[in-house]
Amino acid sequence: MEPLLKVSSLQVRYGAVQAVRGIDFEIREGEIVAFLGANGAGKSSTLNAIAGLADVHSGTIEFAGRDITAMAPETLTPLGLALSPEGRRVFPALSVAENLLMGAYSVRDKAKIDTAWERVYSLFPILHERKDQLAGTLSGGQQQMLAVGRALMSGPRLLLLDEPSLGLAPLIVEQVFDLITILRDQKVTIALVEQNVAKSLEIADRGYILSGGKVVGEGTATDLMAEGGFEDTFLGA
Amino acid sequence: MEILLQQTVNAIALGGTYALLALGLAVVFSIMGLINFAHGELMTIAGYVLMYCGLAGVPFAIAAALAVGAAMLAAVLMEIIAFRPVRNASGATMLVTSFAVSMVLQVLFQNLIAARSQPVLLPQLLSDSVSIFGLVIGINKIAAIIATIVMLAFLDWFMRKQKHGIAMRAAASDFAVARLMGIRANTVISAAFALSGLLAGVAAVLWVSQRASVDPLMGFSPVLKAFIAAILGGLGSLRGAVAGGFVLGFIEIYLAAFLPASMQEFREPIGLAIVVFVMLFRPNGLIPAASLKAEKV
Repeated sequence: MEPLLKVSSLQVRYGAVQAVRGIDFEIREGEIVAFLGANGAGKSSTLNAIAGLADVHSGTIEFAGRDITAMAPETLTPLGLALSPEGRRVFPALSVAENLLMGAYSVRDKAKIDTAWERVYSLFPILHERKDQLAGTLSGGQQQMLAVGRALMSGPRLLLLDEPSLGLAPLIVEQVFDLITILRDQKVTIALVEQNVAKSLEIADRGYILSGGKVVGEGTATDLMAEGGFEDTFLGA
Repeated sequence: MEILLQQTVNAIALGGTYALLALGLAVVFSIMGLINFAHGELMTIAGYVLMYCGLAGVPFAIAAALAVGAAMLAAVLMEIIAFRPVRNASGATMLVTSFAVSMVLQVLFQNLIAARSQPVLLPQLLSDSVSIFGLVIGINKIAAIIATIVMLAFLDWFMRKQKHGIAMRAAASDFAVARLMGIRANTVISAAFALSGLLAGVAAVLWVSQRASVDPLMGFSPVLKAFIAAILGGLGSLRGAVAGGFVLGFIEIYLAAFLPASMQEFREPIGLAIVVFVMLFRPNGLIPAASLKAEKV
């Protein structure tokens, strides 16, 4: 079967700094794939390149059989790609409901938007309770829920989650991973960038270990978990 | 007492015009970080449309609509021709570009139309006045106040209730993430310029209605004032721009009315000193932009 996302020899540079040095991977429909590694390993740059936020220096990105390497971020959402960015980045001066409405900005079909509202509000009842509150006044955990909910509003085929547990209290981290499990049961394909290795491998199907902008390990989540010993890769990066 | 009320009406009329102009600057600045000094030339274009329409005997209501439409069109074209190529450049580059656009347009007005001030034919009604509770108020002042209220109400509705208005607020707070939502950069920036053109056009009609003349540099002074108003209110903040516009209008009119004759010469510096004084205590402006607030949290 054709993979949903196929990345080949991807390189990303910011000026003189090379963040991603030629990586290859693919994600198949229905999978949760974890990208693990230390700060600066190139995980977020990879996701940003897929979503069109970072310029691709060389290599190709194919999504659903289509070359999206040079496409602008606003043209990718209608194709079924959604990114919940690092640091949540909700619109602080917009209400919760307005944030979610923006998530569905590219959806033309009114019925689909209604379904998305129901889905997001049933996944996150707290967002429904606070729908008229400004997003900037939510707690960190609630903002993370909102960021994921906003990404889900477009009904994506592939959801990119960038560090969803970063900076959250342990109890809230549990909730975030529970949520990803629920999304997995709803057959959402997810690319998950995380520093929390143990938790990510618990819920992922497969994983890639990144270090210094390269893939240094890959395999099924169970194999990677059994292998262990990532501490060296992570601390030595 | 009577003179105070009379001057308050004048202050609301002038402050409202400043508020509309400052809003136009703020809408564009909040989305792309550009302080558009060519905003004044949008006013001037609208002024010339009023002048030509007056000469051609076009009814004033239609002339005003054409003037506003011309300012909107000019704003959108200005963005496509001049600002799009430097969109990703620094704020300083864009600022200098806006000065260049402003000067090019001023020279074109001087050479293609007239270097001197031209009279604008206005309906007699605008120079009439009515007596309300013992106050004599010019129709043009009343029209300015009503037009300001209508525009502010429209903008508030558009920004809060319309999907495209909400998208503009989203783009103003985080442009990259707004694009992730599928909000097109070109569309939202064009819309911001169209909106700023609309506001400049309405402000121009109000401005010309008080003065009955137009000259190539007409837009410069009010837009400089609007810029001060936008900073006083909090640069990039829409509510701040409105507040700053009204405060500046009040400062100017009250100083003109109540400063002793011997000090009238120093009216402008005294007014600006008051602005500076306010900003000592509120360095981010009266109502700072949301993004500034968020950064502090």
